[in-house]
Amino acid sequence: MRVLVAMSGGVDSSVAAARLIAAGHEVVGVTMKLWGGESDTGCCSVSDVDDARRVAQQLGIAHHTWTFTDDFDRGVVDPYVDAHRRGITPNPCIECNRHLKFDRLLRRADAVGFDAVATGHHARIVTRADGTRRLARGADGAKDQSYVLYVLGQDELSRTLLPVGEMTKAEVRAEADALGLRTARKPDSQDVCFITSGSGRRGFLGGRIELRPGRVVDAAGCELGSVDAVELVTLGQRRGLGLPGGGPPRYVVDVDVPAATVRVGPEPDLLCEEVALERMVWSVAPTAAGCVSPIAAQCSAHGPPRAARIEPVGDEGALVRFVRPERRVARGQSVVLYDGDEVIGGGIAA
Amino acid sequence: MPEQPASSDRLTYLDHAATTPLRPAARDAMLPWLGERFGNPSGDHRVARAARQAVDEARDAVAAVVGCRPGDVVFTSGGTEADNMAVRGVHAARPGPVLCSAIEHDAVRNPVRAVGGTTVAVDARGVLDLDALGAALTPDVTLLALMTANNEVGVVQPVGDAADLVRRRAPGAAIHTDAVQAATWLDLRAAVAGADLVAISSHKVGGPQGVGALVARPGTPLRPLLLGGGQERELRSGTHNVAGIVGMAAALQAAADERAVVAGRVGALRDRLAAGLLAAIPGAVRTGGAMGVPRLPGTLHLCIPGIESEALLFLLDEAGVCASAASACASGAHQASHVLAAMGIGPELGAGALRLSLGWTSTDADVDHALRVIPAAVAQLRGAPARPAEAGLGPSGPAPEAPRAGSRIASLSAAQPPTTSSRDLSAEAPQR
Repeated sequence: MRVLVAMSGGVDSSVAAARLIAAGHEVVGVTMKLWGGESDTGCCSVSDVDDARRVAQQLGIAHHTWTFTDDFDRGVVDPYVDAHRRGITPNPCIECNRHLKFDRLLRRADAVGFDAVATGHHARIVTRADGTRRLARGADGAKDQSYVLYVLGQDELSRTLLPVGEMTKAEVRAEADALGLRTARKPDSQDVCFITSGSGRRGFLGGRIELRPGRVVDAAGCELGSVDAVELVTLGQRRGLGLPGGGPPRYVVDVDVPAATVRVGPEPDLLCEEVALERMVWSVAPTAAGCVSPIAAQCSAHGPPRAARIEPVGDEGALVRFVRPERRVARGQSVVLYDGDEVIGGGIAA
Repeated sequence: MPEQPASSDRLTYLDHAATTPLRPAARDAMLPWLGERFGNPSGDHRVARAARQAVDEARDAVAAVVGCRPGDVVFTSGGTEADNMAVRGVHAARPGPVLCSAIEHDAVRNPVRAVGGTTVAVDARGVLDLDALGAALTPDVTLLALMTANNEVGVVQPVGDAADLVRRRAPGAAIHTDAVQAATWLDLRAAVAGADLVAISSHKVGGPQGVGALVARPGTPLRPLLLGGGQERELRSGTHNVAGIVGMAAALQAAADERAVVAGRVGALRDRLAAGLLAAIPGAVRTGGAMGVPRLPGTLHLCIPGIESEALLFLLDEAGVCASAASACASGAHQASHVLAAMGIGPELGAGALRLSLGWTSTDADVDHALRVIPAAVAQLRGAPARPAEAGLGPSGPAPEAPRAGSRIASLSAAQPPTTSSRDLSAEAPQR
């Protein structure tokens, strides 16, 4: 096959490229230039492009840099800023996968004649007896990235390869070391690529939207503390609320951005029995997902799976009923539904 | 490890405006200085004197081609340094308002921006608007930078007319012209006659990379960028790049000697390429208009609606045609062109920009190859059935990609038996 491998300059995509070549595919490397502003590392800085190019040179494949900065602004950065403005907790990495890696890049790859796009994500794609594909957790549980890839539908899954999904991170690094790849010991990227460690989320958002101070109140409306920026407060947060010490821990249980008010309460106030999802992406027909047996709902990138039953609502919604009361999910966070190791769908908490 | 061979055996190089192959005359002139000859021209012994003589003779040759005195030539590390030295050096010597055209190369635009300068508009053809220049010229202006010919669209600028205007309105101002692209194609003695400062680059004319020159006419206020041993009349410290300087001089001389013949031959090739592409690619536009614009003979710039430069350049590269969208940053990514924006070309049409630049090695076979490859690549990007819009991505979502080749999904499913998965792929890969 002709495979375009998205090379971020990290060790996973470096090894992904090497494995595809070893498997006999015709491989070309590409690094997406996504962010035009400041960046610590992430996918976008010149040094990461350098690493990707140097690995491609080492492997003897062509390397290109494609610019999707406008698409990244529209599909990822602007919605990120807008979500915070409305008091919603966004996941920009998922939107980047949805709009950039597995849409924009996939279409470009298709237009110029590639059969598939490969990435260095730690997840697997399994093909079932009926020919449909499912995304599954990567072999390395600690590095599993299936959560941020749930947005891949059948069409995307059928044109995507994840060559390191069967490997543990240690195996990936060992293979990179054995191949002498310069990225073998490069640290993993952690944070949102367009937020720098220097100015942080506050600096980034503060230059784009008005950050307003907010009151922190209890259930009765009594003022207990204050926050500098109500737009930066997230459900479940415990710290940075200006609360006096002592007593049982209190958590953010509601954020009302228009009223600039944060409500706090004890842990039981955070619990809920269900969460409504919107913008659902199903890997299987929703009816087949069914409510027959409990599935696992994962509510954050490395959060624990929670037992739940699932009920489709309309074309794009779903209701997740937890088997036991669970921590509420912040609006805007993605909830991904697993049957065993396999993703059956996911959506965004409404 | 060298890159796997391209799928096409034939290589057609149409990016001479980025760099052009080393001319044999330049190589021959340099070879002794990469072998048995050496020397620091600033020394006081026979080895130094010999090197000094080589640099002096190179200076004579450059001066003859540019039409200046040998003592006006300051050797630099390239065109960018020469441009920076002109802008920052004049500004340092005589602070005041600085102007440049809106289509200057970044090597001029960025230093002009750094000293707080402003830009002067061009018209839709890409030619400096002399009325706008007149309006911008206050008597206290100290520098106007106007390139001899543009690097993206190849349009030749009215340097003489602009210089006359500057002399009348701002008599104290210096005029800088970036002749980096023009040097191969125009008789510089006439083209830069009105300018006080002229930047040239060796590798654009077939000399080695990493060397250039700034010509500064006597009396031009100028401060050095680099302080050190005081070489080049105190204007450019640093030991001379003797081999580079000798190579540049030889290349400039060779280019000047054969200019009339090569310009005629390459201009004809370019015109055939232009006519062929415009006929074969529906909707393609000759940037700046078809007629009545003076252009460098080597440059053909097109805007092709309905495609994206990056995708087109990828297909051309695979087919062995090296071309450019003209503007690239350090990471290799493409940036929207300020030149096209200044010409009033919107992002939609500008997204399909293609610069084909021919040079002294270009042949009829190159044009034939390009005429086979480019229309086919555009058709591939345009021709496939449009993909259905993605759900959840309204008008604010990412811009549409060029339509994809519809056959690819089918070929993938055919190539992959139902059991194929990333699991299988990993299993095939040898453990090393």
